[in-house]
Amino acid sequence: MTVQTWTYILVGITFALYIGIAIWSRAGSTKEFYVAGGGVSPLANGMATAADWMSAASFISMAGIISFGGYDGSVYLMGWTGGYVLLALLLAPYLRKFGKFTVPDFIGDRYYSKTARLVAVLCALLVSFTYVAGQMRGVGVVFSRFLEVDIDTGVIIGMAIVLFYAVLGGMKGITYTQVAQYCVLIFAFMVPAIFISIQMTGNPIPQLGMGDTLNDGSGVYLLDKLNGLSQELGFSEYTSGTKSTMDIFAITFALMVGTAGLPHVIVRFFTVKRVKDARKSAGIALLLIAILYTTAPAIAVFARTNLINTVSEQPYESMPAWFTNWEETGLLTFNDINSDGLVQYTASPATNELIVDRDIMVLANPEIADLPAWVIALVAAGGLAAALSTAAGLLLVISSSVSHDLIKKTFKPTISEKQELWIARGAATIAVIVAGYFGVNPPGFVAAVVALAFGLAAASFFPAIVLGIFYKRMNKEGAIAGMIVGISLMLFYILKFKFGFFDGGKEAILGLQDDWWFGISPEGFGSIAMLVNFVVAITINYFTPAPPSEIQELVENIRIPSGLENANNN
Amino acid sequence: MNSKPKAYWKENIKYVVLLLLIWFTASYGAGILFKDVLDTLKFGGFPLGFWFAQQGSIYVFVILIFVYVKLMNRLDKKYGYDE
Repeated sequence: MTVQTWTYILVGITFALYIGIAIWSRAGSTKEFYVAGGGVSPLANGMATAADWMSAASFISMAGIISFGGYDGSVYLMGWTGGYVLLALLLAPYLRKFGKFTVPDFIGDRYYSKTARLVAVLCALLVSFTYVAGQMRGVGVVFSRFLEVDIDTGVIIGMAIVLFYAVLGGMKGITYTQVAQYCVLIFAFMVPAIFISIQMTGNPIPQLGMGDTLNDGSGVYLLDKLNGLSQELGFSEYTSGTKSTMDIFAITFALMVGTAGLPHVIVRFFTVKRVKDARKSAGIALLLIAILYTTAPAIAVFARTNLINTVSEQPYESMPAWFTNWEETGLLTFNDINSDGLVQYTASPATNELIVDRDIMVLANPEIADLPAWVIALVAAGGLAAALSTAAGLLLVISSSVSHDLIKKTFKPTISEKQELWIARGAATIAVIVAGYFGVNPPGFVAAVVALAFGLAAASFFPAIVLGIFYKRMNKEGAIAGMIVGISLMLFYILKFKFGFFDGGKEAILGLQDDWWFGISPEGFGSIAMLVNFVVAITINYFTPAPPSEIQELVENIRIPSGLENANNN
Repeated sequence: MNSKPKAYWKENIKYVVLLLLIWFTASYGAGILFKDVLDTLKFGGFPLGFWFAQQGSIYVFVILIFVYVKLMNRLDKKYGYDE
């Protein structure tokens, strides 16, 4: 059977499964819609959190980015896992004890202020929308390459599926489809990795194969070989990278804190029954995430070595089928600058003839390694599972921010539960359509806004929540000022250094690199904006009155795990 | 706040600080700040600092959360907060 037939079969089966689960787990109340009824087991929640978290970026792009960045790619590996330690130790148990529906719920109640709630809603919407557009795009890319429909049709099919189970099932439907999606995506990620690890090193465990000797009897370590190849072609040593230590530090920190502050991840911990379940499911989630995250750097090394060996100084005429397939999508381009008919792949732009989009490394990897057709199709189904599960989680945050935080809690508290449920469904529908629009017409700055999403989460939510739990005297004046200053500073830095907004547009960005504050890139600036948020919040707090005594009691209450009342709609 | 919740909270903070110190050492220490020094040592085919940045720190993170779960469950029991 061809790759395409296999892809239709596997994608068809998995989609049917997701739809089946959605019908079986319809939401009947707002509590089911927002937090899946609050009775999800720690294991199911761990799996759902892992799928929720691992997006098209983790599945499709990350190994590719590491493949081209070597050591520099470590920022994503540490940043996107280390945040779970912060989440488990500093946030999840207390937010579960607090026991409401959304992150703005916590900010609004803890800081006894509608303004605080509105600022939080704004941040949640901004973060989630930027993120979800990227997911729909990922869906489109997979469809166009493997099912040969055009990207727009792919996006629309993806929208229809997500719409179906997110609108029907809310958090309940999303949770159980995410459990299934985790299984699909981890299987799809591991199978090719294990195959290739055996091929290249004889070691079936990719995490170990990465540090093993080559299978060709030379006794040379794979990483030594790759370091040698990279330097021959003028790239920096794979295990060293090019970023400054300061920047690596800042980016890792911003990603960790941003991860811990992302609303779609935080709300998953509202769905378990007890405080101890919240802690445990954070551990399970990270364990399940770590399986993919420790395999990704191995895939990166395998793919990079394979790519160089296959193309470097080889005649263009003898390139394998995957090469021309990807050329057709425009994600791989070859330009025979010196017209010698050979592919020169080098670090210097003057002699380099091959441009490979980082996003195709994971998808092309099984083909580069010449694996069977069903494995290639499996990767396509896995990429879709990763993108759809994250998109659904984000859509839920958007819809609950609108129906619960804006309508019910701020503008029209008199609506009935039934009305609120229908508003939530309507908001989810509109959100899917907006996300789909951005998937079809991607703003030229999708990559830039992802950095913004993490930076914003780091600069706004993280300090406000941590202070709200660990600093009893923290008042609304301090928290609101901190969030506003944090976000504004982050926005300013991104606009200045990522968009060149104040210096004549995108062309100016490269020239501005020398002006980066403390040598920190916009990706890493979230860590500075977060510190500024803390400093501003604590300073303002010092000069303004303490919060009312019932708020201080609330804080004392959330610090104690027992006596949990079930979340209600007040 | 009476003395029982206060004592519970104090022990909790002690655990959190200790675990976050390890969290920091494994990632920012071994994987970033002291990466070049550790790279002079080899761990199989891995330079050690590089291994910490791309593998080791992640294993440490997973272990840390499960240790925290264990410690807190014990602490909950000690203070009668488990249910």
